[in-house]
Amino acid sequence: MGGALNGQVALVTGGNRGIGREIARVLGEQGARIVATATTPEGAERISADLAAQDIGGRGCVLDVTDDAAMSALLTQMEKDHSAPTILVNNAGITRDQLLLRMKDEDWDAVIATNLRAVYRLSKLCVRDMLKRHYGRIINVTSVVGAMGNAGQSNYAAAKAGVAGFTRAMAREVAARQITVNCVAPGFIRTDMTDGLNEAHRAALMQQIPAGRLGTVADVAAAVAYLASPQSGYVTGQTLHVNGGLWMG
Amino acid sequence: MDNVAERVKKVVVEQLGVNEDEVTNEASFVDDLGADSLDTVELVMALEEEFDCEIPDEEAEKIATVQQAIDYVSAHMPTKDA
Ligand SMILES: NC(=O)c1ccc[n+]([C@@H]2O[C@H](COP(=O)([O-])OP(=O)(O)OC[C@H]3O[C@@H](n4cnc5c(N)ncnc54)[C@H](OP(=O)(O)O)[C@@H]3O)[C@@H](O)[C@H]2O)c1
Repeated sequence: MGGALNGQVALVTGGNRGIGREIARVLGEQGARIVATATTPEGAERISADLAAQDIGGRGCVLDVTDDAAMSALLTQMEKDHSAPTILVNNAGITRDQLLLRMKDEDWDAVIATNLRAVYRLSKLCVRDMLKRHYGRIINVTSVVGAMGNAGQSNYAAAKAGVAGFTRAMAREVAARQITVNCVAPGFIRTDMTDGLNEAHRAALMQQIPAGRLGTVADVAAAVAYLASPQSGYVTGQTLHVNGGLWMG
Repeated sequence: MDNVAERVKKVVVEQLGVNEDEVTNEASFVDDLGADSLDTVELVMALEEEFDCEIPDEEAEKIATVQQAIDYVSAHMPTKDA
């Protein structure tokens, strides 16, 4: 298998299901060697099997993005194996929805740790090698909610908007080294996350989407693939919205 | 065989893309050799690699001139005979 990303290594967090799984598949299909993470050994094994079945080079591994030591260890090992990532996709994310007045501190902290702090940590770990190489692509999966806001998601919106700000600052720091840092902000995409929504909520949502449908994981992965490509080198610090027109900035 | 000073200067020349004769012991990376803040971070990374040592951030911040780099490395280099 070959393509535009031959010879590159892509690290995709949360790669065992949903959007991350499709991102790993598409980047792999284009020739990148994939290291995709899950939080459980079973998840990691499933990734490895999945990739092998599609004839994509790479493996699954266990990673909790809130575990600093585990992230350092993974990167150290990848560097040792001469497979430090040239592409990092910070995709792992959680929701703990609750109206602000009912939100527990744990819900706030968990979402900030997983969706924001982990992006800072992993980007910092990966950029070292990218600086040496004078090449790198970092893509952070955020959300339309970070731009629009959404009742019941103050923690999630804060984390995702935080990632967008982080992205712009980091992009400025490393732009002169041919490293780009961008966000892809999905709208409402059919995954486990949105399958949890009730019917009424889903119907109300549909009305606001000019495209008249929920997005697919393929819609999001295609945007990530563009920002991961060598051709996107002059695009940095941006958020690419993939939302069927739900929000246009 | 290169001594520490020569090796440090070689790294500086490579990292900052400056001429060898500009890299005097007194030269400041930022003021004399035109390094920006990211260049200095990369320079420290390159020194760590060349001398197989780790330079903690607090120490790295104090290395502003060629001489300071030479001093730091001389004091902290893993002892191994050539
Ligand atoms: N679905 C949407 O409509 C939508 C819309 C906008 C933005 N997004 C964003 O897109 C990204 C992917 O969402 P998705 O819908 O594909 O989610 P998903 O199906 O719920 O999958 C989430 C992924 O994140 C991983 N993960 C969760 N906590 C983790 C942790 N502490 N450490 C490492 N990995 C962790 C999960 O691993 P395990 O399976 O092992 O738990 C899983 O692979 C998220 O950042 C999300 O915020 C999604």
